[in-house]
Amino acid sequence: MRPPETLEWVAVSPLPLDPGALAAWATRPECGAVVTFCGNARATTAAGHEIIELDYDADVALAEARIGEVTAAARDRWPEVVAIAIHHRVGPVAVEEPAVVVVVASPHRHEAFEAARFCIDAVKSTVPLWKREVWRDGAAWSAQATPIRDVGEL
Amino acid sequence: MSHLLLLGPARDAAGVRHDEVEGDTVGAVVAAAIARYGPAFADVVAVSALWVNGARADASQAVGADDEVAVLPPISGG
Repeated sequence: MRPPETLEWVAVSPLPLDPGALAAWATRPECGAVVTFCGNARATTAAGHEIIELDYDADVALAEARIGEVTAAARDRWPEVVAIAIHHRVGPVAVEEPAVVVVVASPHRHEAFEAARFCIDAVKSTVPLWKREVWRDGAAWSAQATPIRDVGEL
Repeated sequence: MSHLLLLGPARDAAGVRHDEVEGDTVGAVVAAAIARYGPAFADVVAVSALWVNGARADASQAVGADDEVAVLPPISGG
């Protein structure tokens, strides 16, 4: 995947995610802070099922457009932020692999942490993505689902 | 007739991801889809958001041949 020339890098794709590459892309001379959040596939569920893999469904265009709204909202709230990358997998994701990576670079750590936290929370509450859990003894759509919200509601 | 996009549990319940469905409003399109796919799909629709062309819509919104009606069950990304 080719990094963009801009200061936004949004992708929803079946390709494995590379948090180090995203952090390197976000690193700029004026940025003293680069925060990386990885949301990894976990081996167990709250209900005690052993997970083999997660399998994400999305319409790539709808999901990428909504993630673009999330990055715009983060910039409105933290104008000091310089670069933002948000990548999310679709299709199968093995345990320990990241399903989502958020990277925020800014001059100072406070706004980088705050904006990264906002972005991952907003991805979870506003972006049309669905997680199917494949267990050793079955499979089911995630029971942790919540009604989709608009970014403007956050 | 509008394009119908079914995602996540809505796709599972209907058995298809894309379809073409009659109806000149969002509500009519969804009602026709429920008639086609049955009660399990109706159960998903009952808890889902409806979007037209990528934005939230309500049942009375008019739709035509170039519009995409999406059924979005509760989400679980990240």
